[in-house]
Amino acid sequence: MSAAVQPVLADARDVSRAHRPFPIGRIALWAIVVGVFAQAFWAIAHNKNFEWHVVAQWFTADSILRGLGVTLGLTVVSMVIGTAIGLLLAMGRLSEDPLLRSLSALYIWFFRGTPLLVQLLFWYNMSTLFPTISIGIPFGPTFASWPTNDVITPLTAAIAGLSLNEAAYMAEIIRGGLLSVDRGQYETADAFGMTRWRALRRIIIPQAMRSIVPPSGNQLISMIKATSLVSVIAMGDLLYSAQAVYNRTFEVIPLLMVAVLWYLLVTSILNVGQSAIERYYARGERGAASRTPAPTVAGETL
Amino acid sequence: MTMTGLSRASLAPDTVAAPLVRARNVHKSFGANEVLKGIDLDVGQGEVVVILGPSGSGKSTFLRCINQLEKMDRGSIEVAGEQIGYELRDGRLLALSPRAVARQRRRIGMVFQQFNLYPHMTVLQNVVEAPIGIHGVPRAEAEAYAMELLVKVGLPEKAHAYPRQLSGGQQQRVAIARALAIKPRLILFDEPTSALDPELVGEVLETMRGLADQGLTMIVVTHEIGFAREAADRVVFMDGGVVVEQGRPEDVLVNPRQPRTRAFLARVI
Ligand SMILES: Nc1ncnc2c1ncn2[C@@H]1O[C@H](COP(=O)(O)OP(=O)(O)OP(=O)(O)O)[C@@H](O)[C@H]1O
Ligand SMILES: [Mg+2]
Repeated sequence: MSAAVQPVLADARDVSRAHRPFPIGRIALWAIVVGVFAQAFWAIAHNKNFEWHVVAQWFTADSILRGLGVTLGLTVVSMVIGTAIGLLLAMGRLSEDPLLRSLSALYIWFFRGTPLLVQLLFWYNMSTLFPTISIGIPFGPTFASWPTNDVITPLTAAIAGLSLNEAAYMAEIIRGGLLSVDRGQYETADAFGMTRWRALRRIIIPQAMRSIVPPSGNQLISMIKATSLVSVIAMGDLLYSAQAVYNRTFEVIPLLMVAVLWYLLVTSILNVGQSAIERYYARGERGAASRTPAPTVAGETL
Repeated sequence: MTMTGLSRASLAPDTVAAPLVRARNVHKSFGANEVLKGIDLDVGQGEVVVILGPSGSGKSTFLRCINQLEKMDRGSIEVAGEQIGYELRDGRLLALSPRAVARQRRRIGMVFQQFNLYPHMTVLQNVVEAPIGIHGVPRAEAEAYAMELLVKVGLPEKAHAYPRQLSGGQQQRVAIARALAIKPRLILFDEPTSALDPELVGEVLETMRGLADQGLTMIVVTHEIGFAREAADRVVFMDGGVVVEQGRPEDVLVNPRQPRTRAFLARVI
């Protein structure tokens, strides 16, 4: 082989000059998908039964927006309380104390094992089980006491039901996240003299978040929809407000569409938020260099 | 067994100060496996002690007992005159609370085989984490000192990089800077170069040699005989959970008295 041939051969084989085969299969698939979607969209938009003008009329009505507010408020409050209790339960599950471990396991077993709807009904009907609620020493004196009916309103029953149920699921998610962090990180935090709590807050949880965030996003979205269950205990959430309207006007489908569109809108916003949070906790990961604000190392190869 | 090695500290005239680390009869078992069978060791202020020994001889376990990452079963360890993990009060020995244990660890630095940098923090954040969060040093002061230390380990331009963007040798040098940032009385190194590619070992050992020359008290578990020869004030050879032999590197490494030491050195050199 002569020396003159080789560079020509090497040039011809330069992959940057390669032609790609025409993707006929993929284009056909796209054409079919676009056609089906256009047809479906056309059918829904022109179907008189959806009564889009009614949807537009009610979409931003006061009662619907109030219901949306209740749904969002319930979701946020229950998620925050549920996550806080979930963290404690996760730490209990991972604790060295067998009593704490079994108490946490018992809690999770109970709340995951019973339907949320039933739990909500129990909270709402608590007064038939326990007419008064008291604070005091077990079997000893009581310091304060209230009639259950004053304490358990539809609002508190909804919050208690949703957040205590959520805690059981969040506990397992958080426990999985804590277990996913390298043991060496716990040891390093210990070796530097960090207290348990500080190590958790500064070192462990930020790393656990990478595996906690995606399933928590799922939980949050489930929670938004689960709040529609509280309509059974007369809480005026989004679905309840829509039902209240169609019970008067009989415009069932358009009002359900109002609710559906709002649920979709809110969950879409949450998806965007979740991606942002995932990117934040992925900082320092391999391949994240170009997306993180690390000025001196951008483009460094690994 | 001789307790006092011929260290710089003990060679100095009229130095009768208590050793910085004083381990007595340290025992440790994992289940039925007795790993430490009565370790006695003193480390003087400013002394560099290198622990050698075959795999499984309990070197890491002993090192980890010093900062209570392992709980020993019998014996006692004192650091700077304070018993580690326990307190003698009215003749009764009481186990310390987790908070008190954390306080005792604050001035003991540790460098791990696997570096264990905090991956979610930049290099600079790694180094200032303990000074700011645990020692209450103001941020500006902590960061200035951290930059000084990063210069010392040769990595000032990596201050804003994340650990995973660094090579193993660079990560380990950051880990050393992080251990220095707490102004430690004592630094423990557990095989700091074992996880490194051969061409990266030199830069880390170089950094450690620099620390040794500055009079930092160091206990180093390593398989790097060269480092022991050049940087150690004293070499301790462990095997089967006991200290078999110790002394100046030129004695232990060149003319070992114990057959087990000789056999080990014949294998690794
Ligand atoms: N957490 C643990 N649980 C059970 N056994 C352990 C544990 N840690 C160490 N061991 C055992 O203790 C013995 C000594 O281990 P150690 O890590 O102290 O040895 P080493 O001298 O550091 O060895 P190497 O040079 O391989 O690091 C080994 O037999 C090991 O299997
Ligand atoms: Mg070891």
